[in-house]
Amino acid sequence: MNDMRYEAPDTVDGAVALLAGASGEARLLAGGTDLLVQLRAEMIAPALVVDLKRIPELQSIAAEDGGFRVGAAVSGAELGEHPGVKALWPGVVEATELIGSTQIQGRASLGGNLCNASPAADSVPAMIAAGAIARVAGSGGTREVAVEEIATGPGQTSLAKDEIVVSILLPARPPGSSDAYLRFIPRTEMDIAVVGAGVSLTLDAGGVCSAARVSLGAVAARALLVPEAAEALIGSKLDAAALARLDAAASAACRPIDDKRGTKEYRIQVAGVLARRAALIAAERAGRN
Amino acid sequence: MAKNHVTTTINGDAVEFLCEPEDTLLDVLRDELHLTGSKEGCSSGDCGACSVLLDGRLVCACLVLGVELTGHEVETIEAMAHGEVLHPLQSKFIEHAALQCGVCTPGILVAAKALLDKNPDPSETEVRYWLAGNLCRCTGYDKIVRAVLDAAADMRGS
Repeated sequence: MNDMRYEAPDTVDGAVALLAGASGEARLLAGGTDLLVQLRAEMIAPALVVDLKRIPELQSIAAEDGGFRVGAAVSGAELGEHPGVKALWPGVVEATELIGSTQIQGRASLGGNLCNASPAADSVPAMIAAGAIARVAGSGGTREVAVEEIATGPGQTSLAKDEIVVSILLPARPPGSSDAYLRFIPRTEMDIAVVGAGVSLTLDAGGVCSAARVSLGAVAARALLVPEAAEALIGSKLDAAALARLDAAASAACRPIDDKRGTKEYRIQVAGVLARRAALIAAERAGRN
Repeated sequence: MAKNHVTTTINGDAVEFLCEPEDTLLDVLRDELHLTGSKEGCSSGDCGACSVLLDGRLVCACLVLGVELTGHEVETIEAMAHGEVLHPLQSKFIEHAALQCGVCTPGILVAAKALLDKNPDPSETEVRYWLAGNLCRCTGYDKIVRAVLDAAADMRGS
């Protein structure tokens, strides 16, 4: 075992300075539900672990311009208990609540799920569909990044060595909007997505879809934003023809691998089915808003 | 490298200990503090045998570092009975024979108590989903679920 140093700064600047000054491998600790498993399995051997949970901005949920800014280390359990976020972005909350068990929910966070960069991360397609924006802090200052630009491949992100995702903005949305996330697993709980699909949409007063975003998980090296699938919905009342176009566009966007959870062919087909079902759930919710 | 000095609260008592940065809360509980009720099953957050409350929130002790505990409060299975007086959940587990080998039992009791503290009248489905992160290879779960529902009914006074 190498000598691992643990630091728990109480400011974002403090955390950034630790990362910038680190000589060996440094890792960020939010909920730890991925990091501690990787440590125990000796997949990683960092010289420095920076615990982010003593930084207030990473641990709070705040209303902002009609939306919500969620600290990157806020646990899934806390997010699920927030009535405002649940009402505005039910798809993001339901996706986050699918991560692991009750025990995992007590720790796992949106920021951790995003930066662990698993292609099958449940909250990520829901955040991408939501148009969520990550606030990234580093030595050079703060930048705002669309969540789909954070992961670049399995376990890989676009973040620089000294950068931290501080919070995630789930933006305001017009009336008649909602979202949904569905994943397929071969059991009812406690599994990793074979395919995940997030859909966010807005219906006008006549029930016509005026805006949509569709994202798929576990069908490529990172979660995908699929504009062609969204275009299939926009201008429609989610009739059978529009849903068939959505299904086809979602399947066409997949670039999956074969693995023990499913074959390429299976994932491609299920992606279309889940996108369609998630769109209908989002539309049903939007009709109530 | 020097060990980290940690001051925390465990089962209501102020506790100090020394640990390596990579030691988990489970390592600290079992090896330093000799609170061996929390069990090591998988060490990867899958089995729930090490379930404890951290600031009132159900977590796996194997997925928390000991050094994180400064200023926080931990509650373990050791706090569940009061002396010789068992918690109603513990009594119902005995009555329903909701355990065989017993390795999963402390974690399931801690998790079930967290559920009943939050929701005194859970449905069977709610109990099953809440306990999905607690694996048991002996009982087939049914007796556990019956015991939790029966304890909940008793605690509600119905």
